[in-house]
Amino acid sequence: MAEVATNTEALPGSDYEIVRELSARFGPSALQFQPTKDDVPTLWVPRAQLFEVLQFLRSVPRPYVMLYDLSAVDERMRKHRHGLPAADFTVFYHLLSIDRNSDVRIKVALGFDDLHMPTALSIWPNANWYEREVWDLFGIVFDGHPHLQRIMLPRTWQGHPLRKDYPARATEFDPFMLTTARQDAEQEALLFRPEEWGMKRSTTNEDFMFLNLGPNHPSAHGAFRIVLQLDGEEIVDCVPDIGYHHRGAEKMAERQSWHSYIPYTDRIDYLGGVMNNLPYVLAVEKLAGIKVPQRVEVIRVMMAEFFRITSHLLFLGTYIQDFGGMSPVFFIFTDRMKAYDVIEAVTGFRMHPAWYRIGGVAHDLPKGWEKLVRDFIEWLPRRLVEYEKAAMKNGILRARAIGVAAYNTKEALEWGVTGPGLRSTGLDFDLRKARPYSGYENFEFDIPLAANGDAYDRGMVRIEEMRQSLRIIEQCMNNMPAGPYKADHPLTTPPPKEQTLQHIETLITHFLSVSWGPIMPHGEASQMIEATKGLNSYYLTSDASTMSYRTRIRTPSFPHLQQIPSVIRGSMVADLIAYLASIDFVMADVDR
Amino acid sequence: MSWLTPEVIDVLIKIVQALFILVATVFVVANLIWLERRLLGLWQDRHGPNRIGPFGVGQTVADMMKLIFKEDWLPPFADKITFLLAPVIAMSALLMAMAIIPFTPNWGVADLNIGILFFLAMAGIGVYAVMFAGWSSNSKYSLLGGVRATAQTISYEVFMGIAVMGVVAVAGSFNMRDIVAAQKDVWFIVPQFFGFLVFSMAGVAVAHRAPFDLPEAESELASGYHTEYSGLKWGMFFVGEYAGVVMVSALLVTLYFGGWYGPGPEWLAFFWFSLKTLVFIVLFVLIRAALPRPRYDQVMDAGWKVCLPLSLINLLGTGAVILLRADLG
Repeated sequence: MAEVATNTEALPGSDYEIVRELSARFGPSALQFQPTKDDVPTLWVPRAQLFEVLQFLRSVPRPYVMLYDLSAVDERMRKHRHGLPAADFTVFYHLLSIDRNSDVRIKVALGFDDLHMPTALSIWPNANWYEREVWDLFGIVFDGHPHLQRIMLPRTWQGHPLRKDYPARATEFDPFMLTTARQDAEQEALLFRPEEWGMKRSTTNEDFMFLNLGPNHPSAHGAFRIVLQLDGEEIVDCVPDIGYHHRGAEKMAERQSWHSYIPYTDRIDYLGGVMNNLPYVLAVEKLAGIKVPQRVEVIRVMMAEFFRITSHLLFLGTYIQDFGGMSPVFFIFTDRMKAYDVIEAVTGFRMHPAWYRIGGVAHDLPKGWEKLVRDFIEWLPRRLVEYEKAAMKNGILRARAIGVAAYNTKEALEWGVTGPGLRSTGLDFDLRKARPYSGYENFEFDIPLAANGDAYDRGMVRIEEMRQSLRIIEQCMNNMPAGPYKADHPLTTPPPKEQTLQHIETLITHFLSVSWGPIMPHGEASQMIEATKGLNSYYLTSDASTMSYRTRIRTPSFPHLQQIPSVIRGSMVADLIAYLASIDFVMADVDR
Repeated sequence: MSWLTPEVIDVLIKIVQALFILVATVFVVANLIWLERRLLGLWQDRHGPNRIGPFGVGQTVADMMKLIFKEDWLPPFADKITFLLAPVIAMSALLMAMAIIPFTPNWGVADLNIGILFFLAMAGIGVYAVMFAGWSSNSKYSLLGGVRATAQTISYEVFMGIAVMGVVAVAGSFNMRDIVAAQKDVWFIVPQFFGFLVFSMAGVAVAHRAPFDLPEAESELASGYHTEYSGLKWGMFFVGEYAGVVMVSALLVTLYFGGWYGPGPEWLAFFWFSLKTLVFIVLFVLIRAALPRPRYDQVMDAGWKVCLPLSLINLLGTGAVILLRADLG
């Protein structure tokens, strides 16, 4: 090891163990380290060596078991690229190691005339959808991918929207016309053709039924379509189809100021409310170098945990309802109303408060907030006990959920499963403990785990998580630090009004900061959080402008849906419904 | 007025009685929809229909008006005649079965010797409704629902039949009036407890009520066999379902809970009968509010592996006791 250390002393980034290991294996010349403003070692690798590097990372001792994220950047308009390899497009792989509790980001530079990449499908099965997404939105071809088709956009779509030369506004297009001929063509394109997916329509003994479940189905939890190949009621195979909820959130980020994008984040996981703001503002604060006061951290944690509870409550209600238990969901909505009463008093809004700000929160806590919070944390535990008694201990529900749609930790990791779905397999990986952010290290709470990774465990883990969230909220309430609700920094938004009326200079600064928005220093930063449904992160690229150059939103639900076929093959239709209910996804979180 | 002989008068009275019972049943069934929604509201922390008329009782009328005035739409891909026939069967089969129910010692449409068999026959015909609906809709969800319904109903009618045989053996007759009369001293729930368990479970299954509402499992099959139906045709399925609830409740009362018997003078017979029936109807609703839905194969398992042995043992035991008593007597 000593030899390795001396070899790589000159190499930037050699503080990171994995950078040393990689340069020992591939030689320092093959790798180029890029400093970023987050704690993820970022390395540029030549395309020819990429596959080998990825394989090495997957098989290295304490391996990078999870392909956490894979996407691309159109670099053609980027001004601040000092010291980076020449590239028209960049494809990046964000890999996660549980054993090391750290990540690595691998980047590959591509020229516009040669947009080809090797597929990583054989290393991580969940590369499948990510690569399709990159093809769809950037037009980068992954050689060897078996189904390189559009995933977010309709198959009939022209162009690749996340390219910089693709317009961001509808006004830049011709008016949209839906003629009968076009409608027929679009519908034709939506037809499911089993042969395309290597499925047979029949065997010698039986004909299969192909059932379209969704995009309008009471249990599909949004515009989600899954085509089932059925033998009787047994699912032989299935193909999930997403994209019906795609709104181009990542593209929108490129035309919104850093500040005005916050409300868009609320609507990514639309049940997560301010929980969605958190990774975004934390990432922006990393870019800007803002350190927020302690009071801000605690307020943020408290409100985020409130939304974890409301999201988990809705999960619980619909979960029981999908098993046919129709009553609990109504009681649960009452509970959610109580939570929203607190949220509304604090933030002024219920579902999508867009309440966090760069460098703080929108305003201070209102007078008397403690009483509201206390009422809620006294209210909910009794109700949770009732739901456990009425539903989770019910024999019928247990018979339907236990052992159904089970996967183990290894499968979960290779499919990119995070959050309660991962913890229900027994792996103790909660980002709030593993890599505390926003001051989570100051709180006492347990990480609920289960062992079987089935539909039942995923329900029980979430119920227990609500109790732990209540503990966190109680600690927030009892230990709320005094102080400002906003950092004292020129890049916070909106800029403090008190500082405007000093002289002309402060007035102009304030005016620019409000009208155009602040200019974030160039660089890259990402922030991962333990969101309601799993790991959610924003990977921001700033080109020293009032708008983000590239905003990559990694959402937990996307890989969770990709995993479905591997888990559900051979089960009954009713098991699929149980499985979908236990995943707890929202389509906005999948399609963005 | 020479044709007005006592026989004719008797026939006329019977016809009026039958019409009255039909209208009353339909009325009860219709208001059951309101009752169920109110009760579900009560148990689910919400209001239920409460705007039209006192306590919202007018809701049924409003709903019916809406259904009647809706476009009578036929899906172009459906098999027309069967598609139309299905809801008619669904509604009429179980209403017809009401004919055998003795409401009081004197009231009732038909006093058939084969009484209980007539009900089983009508329930059997009811299967055609779901089968036709599922098949003729030419839609995959309908088909799956229809297949589920057919398998489930046919299976559970077997257990139902066997369970009822215990009652028949004890009463010594298929005739409903005789069966009720045989319960003058002790209700059959006591000697036929296991038969009662199987019968009530099978009754829920035959009526496709939660938790055995798999043929129309909303969270799985959208609406199952009646997915493609709308307007009045859908309404007929709806009424058929509630007719099933009333029918099974009335049967439970007749077969196991002493029919019209109860404390007090004889003219209270109808009161006791309806009260007992209402209790079971409410129980149906309560079960729906309380229980989740088992999986399809679990329902079939429960039928063939639990209900069938249980009902057979019940029948065997009943027979043994009867023979033993005959020997002793």
